[in-house]
Amino acid sequence: MKETLLSNCERDFLLQAIAEKKRLDGRQTYDYRKMKITFGTDYGCCFVDLGKTRVMAQVSCELVAPKESRPNEGIMFFNIELSPMASPTFEQGRQSELSVKLNRQLERCLRNSKCIDTESLCVVSGEKVWKIRVDVHVLNHDGNLMDVASIAAITALCHFRRPDVSIQGDEVTVVSPKEKWDERYPSSDHVFFLSFCRTYLLVDPCEREERVMDGLLMIAMNKHREICSIQSSGGIMLLKEQVMRCSKIASVKVSEITELLIKALENDKKARKEGGRCGFAESMPQERITALKFEETSVEMTDVAERASDVVQGAEAPPLMVPSPVVPVPGVGQVGLGLQNTWGLEEEDDDEEEEAEECANRGEEGEEKVTKMEVERHKKDASREGQFT
Amino acid sequence: KISIPDILTPAGDTSVLAAAYGPAEVKVSKEIYDRATLDVLIQPKVGLPSVRERAQEQCVRETCEASLLLSLHPRSSLTLILQLIHDDGSILSCFLNAACMALMDAGLPMSFLFCGVTCAIDVDGQIITDPTAAQEKESRAVMTFAIDSKEHKVMMSSTKGSFSVNELQQCVAVSQKASEKIFQFYRDSVKRRYSKIL
Repeated sequence: MKETLLSNCERDFLLQAIAEKKRLDGRQTYDYRKMKITFGTDYGCCFVDLGKTRVMAQVSCELVAPKESRPNEGIMFFNIELSPMASPTFEQGRQSELSVKLNRQLERCLRNSKCIDTESLCVVSGEKVWKIRVDVHVLNHDGNLMDVASIAAITALCHFRRPDVSIQGDEVTVVSPKEKWDERYPSSDHVFFLSFCRTYLLVDPCEREERVMDGLLMIAMNKHREICSIQSSGGIMLLKEQVMRCSKIASVKVSEITELLIKALENDKKARKEGGRCGFAESMPQERITALKFEETSVEMTDVAERASDVVQGAEAPPLMVPSPVVPVPGVGQVGLGLQNTWGLEEEDDDEEEEAEECANRGEEGEEKVTKMEVERHKKDASREGQFT
Repeated sequence: KISIPDILTPAGDTSVLAAAYGPAEVKVSKEIYDRATLDVLIQPKVGLPSVRERAQEQCVRETCEASLLLSLHPRSSLTLILQLIHDDGSILSCFLNAACMALMDAGLPMSFLFCGVTCAIDVDGQIITDPTAAQEKESRAVMTFAIDSKEHKVMMSSTKGSFSVNELQQCVAVSQKASEKIFQFYRDSVKRRYSKIL
């Protein structure tokens, strides 16, 4: 679907409000929206909500042969899917500019910062390494996708458990998963979104604010206050002080988000240890009026057998359509005798036999179909003749 | 009538998130002059949609097209997106239920509602409704039926495995009974959702 245009009065309203340090949802200029991190049933599945923006990340792994240039290192693959669910403007094909931009940025941040030690993913050097695949699905788009996507990816990676591998000679067998994920480098990278409207700086823009912004500054920082990557896009030119200020804001926010992440991971670990059911279904708030839960109920099946036999008796016997297959010559299967060739051409016996196999499954219907085709063909001939004379 | 994704149908551990958009503009290549064009997209959790998702999409699409009043919105597009959150068996019936609830919530005109029920026949010949993934693996046959709400007839069936005619009819009868419970669930959840508004 085409994107609905932003009207001029909406744009002016937003810009005027930002000039007066007011935002649409009443936040301060440097405030983040409410963030919620929950985990799914599998290891490596997490959901991150930032206001209304919702993203799901899933990590999976498989054993593959490593790249030839790096036989000792595992492979990481990131994929952000802009699902059409997120916004009616997202199409199923992935060519959109936004999708490419997000994918590149996520890859740059997470791969180049070496938050996962790829050498630890090696199983047999030069032959088998782990390929870790992170799929991020955007479920709802209300601004600031990059931020949420990166948080989801990192959280899912922290949550994931790699299966145990045992090597016996040449064989590598994968044993059931439960081994702790081992990250040498503390992985909490967070991409941090700052948008600029004229000269005003906003953190965590919502979708409307994103539409009126002039430019974007993205800082990826880890919890040691090291900048992993900076990206500035849009037509704005930033002063040195502005960049410094942004990085200071980034470091504050990063520590807050990292705390939230660690707390969420711990809660989940506790819940799993207690053996409670965990998963997306459980994490949905049950007290809301729009949520309804239905316990397992059994279905009454007492008179099912009688009903079934009634139906079967009442039904007609299946027509004796398909005769059983016959093998006249080894390598040739024949079902039925086939129909009379209606092309009206001279043909040899080979063609007849070929046709017999082709017409095999049609049975009685075939005859009707063939006559219908013949009638159509005659009609077509007649009309064609009519046209060309 | 845009329904922002909020329909979540967990059945045991199987969870599906559904979103319905429409009626909206349709690409000229896809438009049908007298009906709406229904697009169903099933997104798996890992990787890109493949042949298996296409097969499931077809089952869901045929069922939806049978129940939606498409001729009320000619030259428009209706999009239904189903995101798989967790698969623990009975996935096709979960898709069907989520699809129906999303269409209901979006307010798209339908002539009747539908629901999906999965039955599995295990090696002893016992019929299990709503099997988990483990139960599905050990069963002899797995069947999914889409049942309509007006006459409780079978709209769509998708089966895997071998079974006798009698067993098929028994499973159909069981599904029809189970569908009553599901329709009651639909009624209750719609009542709750609109209890605050009305």
